[in-house]
Parts: sequence; C-alpha cells; structure tokens
Amino acid sequence: MITFEHVGKTYGDWTAIDDLSLHVAEGEFCVLIGPSGSGKTTTLKMINRLIEHDRGRILFEGAEIRSFAPEQLRRRMGYAIQSIGLFPHWTVEENIGAVPRLLGWPKSRIRDRVTELLGLLALEPERFRDRYPRHLSGGQQQRVGVARALAADPSVLLMDEPFGALDPVTRDTLQAEMLRIHKASGTTIVLVTHDIDEAIRLGSRIVILDGGRIVQSGTPRAILTKPANDFVADFVGREDIGIKLLSIERVSDRMRPGETAEGEPIAADASLRHALSLFVARGIDRLPVIGPSGTLAGAIRLADLTGGPT
Amino acid sequence: MRRWLRDPLIWTGIALVALVVFMPALKPVFALLFPDQDRPLFEQDSFINLTLSHIGLVAASSAISVLVGVSLALFVTRPSGREFRPLVETVVATGQTFPPVAVLAIAVPLIGFGAMPALIALALYGLLPVTEATVAAIEQVPAGAREAARGIGMTPAGRLRQIELPLAAPVILAGIRTSVIINIGTAAIASTVGAKTLGLPIIIGLSGFNTAYVVQGALVVGLLAVVTDLAFDRLGSMLDRWKRDDVVASA
Repeated sequence: MITFEHVGKTYGDWTAIDDLSLHVAEGEFCVLIGPSGSGKTTTLKMINRLIEHDRGRILFEGAEIRSFAPEQLRRRMGYAIQSIGLFPHWTVEENIGAVPRLLGWPKSRIRDRVTELLGLLALEPERFRDRYPRHLSGGQQQRVGVARALAADPSVLLMDEPFGALDPVTRDTLQAEMLRIHKASGTTIVLVTHDIDEAIRLGSRIVILDGGRIVQSGTPRAILTKPANDFVADFVGREDIGIKLLSIERVSDRMRPGETAEGEPIAADASLRHALSLFVARGIDRLPVIGPSGTLAGAIRLADLTGGPT
Repeated sequence: MRRWLRDPLIWTGIALVALVVFMPALKPVFALLFPDQDRPLFEQDSFINLTLSHIGLVAASSAISVLVGVSLALFVTRPSGREFRPLVETVVATGQTFPPVAVLAIAVPLIGFGAMPALIALALYGLLPVTEATVAAIEQVPAGAREAARGIGMTPAGRLRQIELPLAAPVILAGIRTSVIINIGTAAIASTVGAKTLGLPIIIGLSGFNTAYVVQGALVVGLLAVVTDLAFDRLGSMLDRWKRDDVVASA
C-alpha cells in the first residue's frame, strides 16, 4: 500500500530522516513510535506530502506519490491529528462531509455517509449533526475528527498522535473503537504515537524510530520478546516487558474450557494483564471466565499466564 | 415590547434621518439657544446634501482602504509574500502617522482642491486598521484547522475561501469598523480642501465664530458615527454565529 525506498529528508544541516525503507501492507495497522525528534511525524507527513522528502521514493498503491497532485493524494488518505483541527465555524455534519464535498459527492450521499459515521463512532446522529465543535467534549471532538478522516472511505488512514490530548478513560475507549473500526473496515492505518502501551495495543506492526532511522520493526510480540538493542529494550520499558506481553493476549487464548472456578468471572476477551491484576488483587489462583454471550465458558489459572500460547 | 422596538440601531437611525431632514425646522430652537447669532442655522447647503456627500466620501475611501488593506494583508500572509510583511507593515503604519491635515495639505498642491485629495487622504488614513486587523485575523486562525485543511486536501484557494477568511472575518470586520469610524470623523476635516462634507458648517462656524453651525455639523457627524458603529456591531454578530451558545452541549 505504502512503500518507502531509501527516503531521506534534511533541514539545513540536520538530517530528520536518513535512508528510511519501509513497506506498509494493505490492511496493516502500522504504528510509528519513537522519542521526540525521532522523525515519526515527519515520516507520516511525507506520505501525504505535507512534508516533501528530498531523497529516495515513496510509493502509494504502486505509484510514486509525486505523480499525484498533493490535493488529490490527500483526498484519498484520511488524516487525523492530535489537535483534532475541526473547523470551528462548521457543524459536525459539515466537518465530516468536508472531503466528500471536495470530491463532489451529491448532498444526499454525504448526508447518509455522515449518519453512518456518527453511528460508527457512537455519536447519535440526530443529536450531534448540527452542533458546532465548541459544544462538544474533547473525546467527542476527536470522534468527529476520526469520522472526518474516514468520510471518503480512504484507502489509508494517517493519524498523528490522535489520542495524545485526551484523558486516559476517553483515550482507552477511542483506542478500542479504532481497533473495532480497523477490524470492520480493513483500512490500512499508519499511526504515530509516543505511547508504547498505545502502540502495543493498536499496532499489528510497530516501527520504532530513533534519530531518523528505523531501529526495529515487527509485531508487538516480536518487539517485546526480541528487542533489537538496548535502546528498544529501554524504550519498551525493560522491567515491564512481561506485563506488556500479557496485555497483548486475551484470556480466551489460555482459558481452560469447561473448567469451573469460584468468584466474580472475567470476560473472555479481557487481556491476560487484566487477569493477572485480578489474581493479585484478590489473592486467588483461579478465575471463572464468561464468554461474549455472558455464559460461563471455563476458567483460567494463575499458572496459565506463563505458558506459551495454545 | 417587540424586539425591533428595543433595537438601538433602529432608534438612532430614525433620529439621524429625522435630524438631517428636519434640520430647517429646528431653526427656532437654535435661535433660542444662540440668541446672539443673526443666522442661527447653516443654510448655504442643505444637510441632506452634506450628509449624502459625507457618506459618499467615507464609503468611497473606505472601499479603497478595505480593498487595498485586505489584499495587502492576504498577500503578506501567503508563503509567497511573507518576506514583504515587515515592509508593508512599516509603510502602512507610516501612512497612519501623518496627521490627516498634513496629508490634505500635501495632496492639494499635487491634485488640487476638491473631493479627490480628501479621498486619497482618507483612504491612506484608513488603511492601517484594515491591514493590521486582517494580518492579525489570518494569524489567529487555529493552527490545527489550518493543518487539517491542508491534510484533507483543500487547495490553497479553497483554504483561504472556506477556512481562513470565514474564521478571520469577525476580526477583519472589527478593523474595517475602526477604519470607517475614524474616517467619518476625519472626513469632516476634508471640508478645508473643498470637499463637501458635514465638516463644512463646522469649519465655517469656527472661522465665523458661529457656534450654532459647529453644533449642527457636529451633531450630525456624531450621530452618523454612532449609527454606523451600531450597524457594524450587528454585522459582526451575524459573522460569528457559530460562537454563540444557543446550542447547548450535554456531555
């Protein structure tokens, strides 16, 4: 979907991006992460030509991005940013419909699409459609921001620390919704963050950058279990690695179907980290598990957490 | 009471029109107020003529100020014109430091007497508030909205028309308002170079020690400024409807 070939970007005598090669496959949820100044945002903005690269090639759906007019290219890619950037003088409906309008969709189709997206992002269409951004909470604004980015069914969604300014609870909800949307739509997503927990939770692949270069690229599990060097190990939080590994697996992966246990049950789609927390907090070593339908599905033991995936 | 009855714009507007049209009828009043004057009412020209001509001069000069000022400001806030910004700001500010009388005095030998030198002086004088306000207005457009507009694929012209100008409009309008109000006052001075404005009774009154003339001219100019200011206020609240709180958030 997106390919970087030996891409470089220099500002004066400072090399922001140095010989970066990366392939983002269709349907991937690729998270770019690194400390400040590592080039993650620059990398993202080079994809939709908000920043022009000076060396190498960037391909979008097989064609060099310079072969598109920047505006045409950007209309095919969704774009969501940390400051959200809703247009304050436009209603929610006008904001979400911005790209479809640029593409010349008929009014009725835009309206239907807005209704659909508001529903998708858990905002009641009739309540929110005609509001102005200043009358929304931060979380609601970012939902609208994401809806606007998704409006024209982009083949790629670019997100620049979209949840960075939100409170932890709202961030958590929106992360869950991004996962759901990604699963449902299969849209390729490239997301920039500096939050390793967010990267582990969302990414099907994590690309760690430092000093304008890729230090390591792989699945969350690979990054956690085989950090390429000390920088990566430190970055993912050396002593927390075990806990983070637990956070990427579900209770259902290790559950013993049919077994029973006493006490308040845990949901099958909860993370193993959640399960560990319950074991420790309650001082027990067995937990009953309930399935999605709310019926008891089995149990999980403390010892199961350390076993490999089954 | 019905809403329009409580509207100060309508009342001051009616007062202005009434004062201008029925000024001759007020002659006995001024005779009473200024018993020493042989001619208690300015009658060399009708106040209707003077007012229309005054408004015409202010409108024409303000139109020039707005056109030139907004264009200059938009030019220096584009990437291509950024380098000219200090130059433009200095030149425009210099235009403001000249007292309007001095500009008129310089313009007369170059252009002659009449409405033309007045027009030029007023247009120059009104340029600074418009240019400054427009530059400030464009700069206060939220960076996030700007970046998002670029990121979703709006063209530079589309961003200017749909995002920057609408968001800047209230502040630009405030600059135009200042400029127009200043020019309503300054246009009175333009009578000294032969432009027909409401300054005529004031100037003649001052030189002939006729306070009645001065009061009559000043009353109309003052009222005209008040009505114009209220009208701009009304226009301004129409431009930022999205800032109002009549839709209440519930979360």
